[in-house]
Amino acid sequence: MNTKVNIAGVEFKNPITVASGTFGSGMEYDDFVDLSLLGAVTTKGVANIPWAGNPTPRIAETYGGMMNAIGLQNPGIDTFCERDIPFLKTKDTKIIVNVCGKSESDYVEVVERLADEPVDLLEINVSCPNVKEGGIAFGQDPKALYDITKAVKAKAKQPIIMKLSPNVTDITVMAKAAEEAGADALSLINTLTGMKIDIKKRTFAVANKTAGVSGPAIKPIAVRMVYQVANAVKLPIIGMGGVATAEDALEFIMAGATAVAVGTANFHNPYATTEIIKGIENYMTENKIDDIKDLIGCVK
Amino acid sequence: MDKIKMTANVIRQDEIAYEIYSLVISAKEIADRAKPGQFVNLFSADGSRLLPRPISICEIDKNNGTIRLVYRVAGAGTKEFSALTSDHTIEVMGPLGNGFTPEGSKAILIGGGIGIPPMLELAKQLDCEKSIVLGFRDEEFLSDEFEPYGKVYKSSDAGNIGVKGTVMDAIKEYGIKGDIIYACGPLPMLRAISDYALSNGIKAQISMEEKMACGIGACLACVCKSKDIDDHSKVNNKRICKEGPVFYAGEVEF
Repeated sequence: MNTKVNIAGVEFKNPITVASGTFGSGMEYDDFVDLSLLGAVTTKGVANIPWAGNPTPRIAETYGGMMNAIGLQNPGIDTFCERDIPFLKTKDTKIIVNVCGKSESDYVEVVERLADEPVDLLEINVSCPNVKEGGIAFGQDPKALYDITKAVKAKAKQPIIMKLSPNVTDITVMAKAAEEAGADALSLINTLTGMKIDIKKRTFAVANKTAGVSGPAIKPIAVRMVYQVANAVKLPIIGMGGVATAEDALEFIMAGATAVAVGTANFHNPYATTEIIKGIENYMTENKIDDIKDLIGCVK
Repeated sequence: MDKIKMTANVIRQDEIAYEIYSLVISAKEIADRAKPGQFVNLFSADGSRLLPRPISICEIDKNNGTIRLVYRVAGAGTKEFSALTSDHTIEVMGPLGNGFTPEGSKAILIGGGIGIPPMLELAKQLDCEKSIVLGFRDEEFLSDEFEPYGKVYKSSDAGNIGVKGTVMDAIKEYGIKGDIIYACGPLPMLRAISDYALSNGIKAQISMEEKMACGIGACLACVCKSKDIDDHSKVNNKRICKEGPVFYAGEVEF
């Protein structure tokens, strides 16, 4: 049975990775899962300098999901290179570094700093709904997305994945802009911007007022968008949004995703990633599928 | 592997005060590793509620491999847990966070409301002179279980139990002295205790809380402002679930 997939020339032993921000750099989940079993580990977003993030409360539960406005708290690229990359290199998995910034030069600085680091792919976060500058500002306008993609691509030594926001009218317009600018792959979807009111306290449940909704509740929207994008561009896709089981992951793959990221489910079940890998293998055995590639985009 | 997620059998559950429940579960792997002041995550069986509920550990029985959790029903998740009986199981992860660190020779243990339960295991394990101060709204719970471990002082908002007012009022009223304070309770109480400890040069270990998702330091939801740059993110944010929940007064700002 072959479960290997290829994202922009990088071979994953299986299609499962994690959604940025739900898994740190893997250290905290090392107690629960053998990280070497994962196709790739996608890190929490890292900027050129440390970011303190948003005030608390930063999260709230929603029906069948949650919302977060962490605000991309991170230690900055120097600490990340000294501590997190060496840790991940002890594991037999591919490393996807999620890159965030407030300006084009911030992104480029991080990408240049990573040029000689032993990481496999860069995921450019142009879709975080929880930071005031940068983030989603680059991900909601096709011209801005084209420009940042082009700027990052010019300096990146590793293939770049542009992470798309679902908070747009037509996600295929954004996907095409990234493809035209030279992106090597796409990941989608980031969280959907939402709001929750705490009626006991008569205030916002999350201090940032708005927050990104994730979890099983958003899965049908994510599957739809992966399907649309898969049919609009030729780039490989890492699909995500509410993946909690092998069945969920297979939906994304059949809709057109080459790899699938597990996010919020890690909070509910720290063993989710490895259980999903096993579940996909079981599905392939039961259905006599020899190569997972035969399932990618099989639903037209 | 210092923490795990497992399916635990419910041994017993009792409502010990209005909407306050005492739940004993069989979780040997967690009991073996647990320390006073640590917490566990309890998981809802209903997929619409997917975030774990962090609950402090009230008692640890290593011989029988059980832990006791005393919690208040605060919403739909804890309401679900309150219906569990001895023929049920529950998903639990732990032990999480760092607990209290024994030190000093004359301890003051302070619990306010649903911050009282974690002080019980600490009271059992601390081997020194202990004064125990418990603050209630208007209904007493658990206080008799503290009696074997030290002199118990009480306060209540309503004035029907012990001194009328806060735990700080009780400390002043009874002239309670010590060289180390351990405290868990609502933020205003912790703030008052921190101020008192810092201005009197007494060390205080306080247990904080915040909305949490992962419970293991990955998601960065449950941070609090720290005086010093933190090791994880190099900003002034400590993770309550990982570096806490117990901090020294003065180490965190709130």
